[in-house]
Amino acid sequence: MAYSLVIGTRKGLFTASGENRRDWRMTGPHRLDSADHASMSAVYAVGIDPHTGRVLAGAESSHFGPSVWYSDDGGASWHEPESAPIVFPEDTDASLTRVWQFAFGDTPGTVYAGVEPHALFRSTDGGLSFELVRALWDHPHRADWFPGAGGGAVHTVLPGVVGVGERSPEAMTVAMSTGGVYQTRDGGTSWAPANRGISAGFLPEEEPEYGQCVHKVALAADGSMYAQNHHGVYRSDRPAEEGWRAVEKGLPVDFGFAMVAHPHRPGTALNFPVISQEVHLPPDHRLGVYRTEDAGERWSPAVEGLPEEPYFGIVLRDAACTDGAEAPGFYFGTRTGDVYAADDGGPWHRVAAHLPDVLCVRAVEV
Amino acid sequence: MGVTVHLPGLLRADAGGAAHLPVDVGPPAVLRDVLDTLVAEHPGLDRRIRDEQGRLRRYVNVFVNTDECRALGGLDTPVPEGADIRVLPSVAGG
Repeated sequence: MAYSLVIGTRKGLFTASGENRRDWRMTGPHRLDSADHASMSAVYAVGIDPHTGRVLAGAESSHFGPSVWYSDDGGASWHEPESAPIVFPEDTDASLTRVWQFAFGDTPGTVYAGVEPHALFRSTDGGLSFELVRALWDHPHRADWFPGAGGGAVHTVLPGVVGVGERSPEAMTVAMSTGGVYQTRDGGTSWAPANRGISAGFLPEEEPEYGQCVHKVALAADGSMYAQNHHGVYRSDRPAEEGWRAVEKGLPVDFGFAMVAHPHRPGTALNFPVISQEVHLPPDHRLGVYRTEDAGERWSPAVEGLPEEPYFGIVLRDAACTDGAEAPGFYFGTRTGDVYAADDGGPWHRVAAHLPDVLCVRAVEV
Repeated sequence: MGVTVHLPGLLRADAGGAAHLPVDVGPPAVLRDVLDTLVAEHPGLDRRIRDEQGRLRRYVNVFVNTDECRALGGLDTPVPEGADIRVLPSVAGG
């Protein structure tokens, strides 16, 4: 087997490949364009199209704005669509700040982009051009969605699923900060909040219908979901019908950004705790990953192979993933530029060190 | 009338490598007319300089001769015959 890893950082895009999850060949930063914007671009979103292997990168120059680049040869060469691929229609008076998330539909060519400001775009040509999903943009709740510290964005896009037993091309779950979880069952024509049970300590209501600051929703193999909230870790089989139940007992803290579910075993997930909204450091100043194998009833440290000395880099919301392989691997990167990989349940191995802040990682078995 | 647009190194790849581009507009003409004419020839430049609503990107400065356009009329700044239009990244980034 071989594995390919795409790493978006605060300063450019890197890739790694290996025949196992222990020994890696690193490449990068990649030159996305002839003017070499890569050396100054922050790459907040990467995606690997499961149908074609195309790699998409949502990058932005601090001066010259955001765009999307793609590679059809595993990162050897990069291209930018001739026309700006993600643009807000004129009547919205909005403009793209950055792409936060790529997700892929079951139909080849279908790509979704969750972006800032809070919006969802859909492509049917593999990510060369996108169209705004109007009903979410026009949602009557929009006026109440506001930016968290990282900006206001749709950062989680889960096509085809709204819970256990409900898989359909017309279904989708998205999550945003702030705003919370919203779901559609009619192909994006209507969207309903699905946040019952999730706290929002920054709002006056104890359990608001929407407005939560959900940091990441991870989809489990059976359609159930884990959510790392802005304080609070939750799980739900069917968010709209049953709401969410807290599962943070056993974790050192209830704050964090990233969450990854096992691609085959619904009860297994990884969490990456972070001290509080003010501190944003790892608990005890140690790089720590926690793993549950019973759907959040208990959590255990999964730290074999990680540094034992003080560590100050946290894992951001898209800087952790699984490759989804039959014998899956897990990956994460930190704000202090280290990237780790592990076989399922195995020790972590360092893929790279001293990179710029890692913003996102995606991996695939090739 | 003719004006000249000067591009920073980072944007020249979007203009076929050119550093200085003669542009014929008006008269009369405002800065928006100059940019519209420029990007009609070099469409890749537009997304770098302006967002999709036609607003100048926050950290891109455009000088009409020696004055940054935001201190004048923004994209509605009148452009005189023979003007030098300089597009420059502002003191930002990192």
